[in-house]
Amino acid sequence: MAQTKAARKTSQAGGSSNGRDAGARKGDALLGLKKDELHAMLYQMLLGRRFEEKSAEAYAIGKIGGFCHLYIGQEAVAVGSIMALRPEDYVITAYRDHVQAMVKGITPNAVMAELYGRVDGCAGGKGGSMHLYGAEQNFLGGWGIVGGQVPLAVGAGFAIKYREQDNVVLCYMGEAAVNQGAFHESLNMAALWKLPVIFIVENNRFGMGTAWERASSLYDISQKASAYDMPSAVADGMDVIDMRRVTQEAIDRARKDGTPTLIEARCYRFMGHSMSDPVHGVYRTKEEVEEQKQKDPITRFLELLKDNNQLTDEELKTMDAEIQKVCEEAAEFADNSPEPGLEDLYTHVYASEDVHGRLFFDRKNRLEQG
Amino acid sequence: MSTLTYREALNQALAEEMERDPDVFLMGEEVGLYNGAYKVSKGLLDRFGEKRIVDTPITELGFTGLGVGAAMLGLRPVIEFMTFNFSILAMDQVFNSAAKVHYMTAGKYKCPIVFRGPTGAALQLSAQHSQALESSYAHFPGLKIATPATPADAKGLLKAAIRDDDPVVIMEGELLYNMKGEVPDVEDHVVPLGVAEVKREGSDVSIITHGKMVHVALQAATALEKDGVNAEVLDLRSLRPLDVDAILATVQKTNRVVYVEEGWPYVGIGSQIVDTIQEEAFDYLDAPILRVTQADVPMPYAKMLERMAKPSAERVVAACNRVLYRQTV
Ligand SMILES: Cc1ncc(C[n+]2csc(CCOP(=O)(O)OP(=O)(O)O)c2C)c(N)n1
Repeated sequence: MAQTKAARKTSQAGGSSNGRDAGARKGDALLGLKKDELHAMLYQMLLGRRFEEKSAEAYAIGKIGGFCHLYIGQEAVAVGSIMALRPEDYVITAYRDHVQAMVKGITPNAVMAELYGRVDGCAGGKGGSMHLYGAEQNFLGGWGIVGGQVPLAVGAGFAIKYREQDNVVLCYMGEAAVNQGAFHESLNMAALWKLPVIFIVENNRFGMGTAWERASSLYDISQKASAYDMPSAVADGMDVIDMRRVTQEAIDRARKDGTPTLIEARCYRFMGHSMSDPVHGVYRTKEEVEEQKQKDPITRFLELLKDNNQLTDEELKTMDAEIQKVCEEAAEFADNSPEPGLEDLYTHVYASEDVHGRLFFDRKNRLEQG
Repeated sequence: MSTLTYREALNQALAEEMERDPDVFLMGEEVGLYNGAYKVSKGLLDRFGEKRIVDTPITELGFTGLGVGAAMLGLRPVIEFMTFNFSILAMDQVFNSAAKVHYMTAGKYKCPIVFRGPTGAALQLSAQHSQALESSYAHFPGLKIATPATPADAKGLLKAAIRDDDPVVIMEGELLYNMKGEVPDVEDHVVPLGVAEVKREGSDVSIITHGKMVHVALQAATALEKDGVNAEVLDLRSLRPLDVDAILATVQKTNRVVYVEEGWPYVGIGSQIVDTIQEEAFDYLDAPILRVTQADVPMPYAKMLERMAKPSAERVVAACNRVLYRQTV
């Protein structure tokens, strides 16, 4: 049905209501998940939220530098999808990567230390907020160039198939990345060669200050998959259960025979694009942000759990207190971790140092000689 | 003279050239509604409308190539890269298309396009967002490259670039946008491409540099002065065409050279400068030429590592002292 741009805009968040998978949840509001699984999901969502509130504070007092993109409002997307994975599965994403990293198993300590640029950070202080990595957790990391991670995900899918494993790759990107050539080249190869990659587009409506409908000729992102004869789905990115359901279906398909899927997760970013971008004013109104906040994925999940007798106020209080403590400790850990020193500047440029010829063409030798 | 920020100077250049020539248009991410990611295009959408201030999707390769095609039809596009880090995605269109249009068509087509945006490190943006890519661009014949260091040069060089019939790359210092400086009030302030400028006269050592590093060099010169050393600072302003005469003149005057650039040392702009000097002014040199550059590593995030990786006034002072044989380490 043809909708005007304005009408589409207001119905944005909440994929199931206008997506093709509407209604599939009716049978089981909690997907048959057990209480401890549900609590684990809630824990990760709350941890993501509190951790980022803590990082915003740390940023404000200069403990964190550079670009810092917060995920507040989008927690259901990462939690609903990554928690459907096995530990051996892979995750790769863009620069808005704190929450994905933690859900995939990197400790809050290691993430915070990275944001602080310290040696105990998950990238040794070399990457910062946009570049978190965890080899043990199969977290292929955060990447800073829009769309740049998408072909890498396909490469990971290729390696999985090559080794005849049944692992899968979740590849996250913002909706703006979907217009990049790299996205289309990647989807084509994934579909052509049946590579187990699940492309999750986090459609938070804005690529920096540009609303989706000002950047794409096609409104419905999931339709882009049809150009590659690839299955697709729309998920409500503000609903962790819907996110989990849709991702689980895609994962099952991918494990079975490598079929890739494109998922559009309709969500909203409550903060500015980065710490330097205002929450509202330039490209969206205060009213719009407030309206979207009514759909806060954490509040919604809390209500759902309570309605289904899966959570008491007491349990929530205890959990939140624990999470606050974890975040405090992460900040303390980061503060106490040493800064990398001169000797770290030249490490990791190459995996192996050649004994023939020279690799570096500056004062490295002089630095080494003191 | 009026005092303008570097950002305002660029904005004026764009506005004046768009006013003067209806074929000039600006295209890029966030240039319109958002007034530019770095606010260089502030107010231009209101003034010139959506036809000429065009917001694009985040598709560097596509909109850059679109610009090249439009230029072949005689329009004069100014393509803004949000930062030059993202221009890497568009390099195919710049290097393989724009740079070769005139040559491959034996002059049948021209490509009067400008590629511009911020370059170089800001603060703690780490490896993918902190790169000085001048040498990559300078490598390709068919392109012209300018690197304004002051508001006056920013305005004048951008105006010259827009009027030029070849593809011109204007690389602006990401940390210079707020810098204030005097800009001549003349009706049409154009700084020709390929003309270097002595930003500080001196007799003991020449610090040759360009772009943001001009300010690091000037800082170093001030420090050296306290120590009785009189350094000359030559700002190349354009990397292609290169003002070889100005380089030779300063070498002949001081006989000692330190080259400073923000990029990597390996196959950097400095390599070319050193080669030019040794070939054309070897006899004038009293010491080997030294280069001060970024460390030969991707830019790290951590504050201290980043500081160590970047060229600094202290390192320039040390290099000057070495070519003056005042210090051996
Ligand atoms: C190739 C490229 N161009 C431009 C940028 C600058 N930039 C960083 S994020 C961004 C917006 C991306 O929006 P989206 O993909 O929707 O992700 P979101 O930030 O909403 O999570 C832009 C323009 C970049 N990092 N890479």
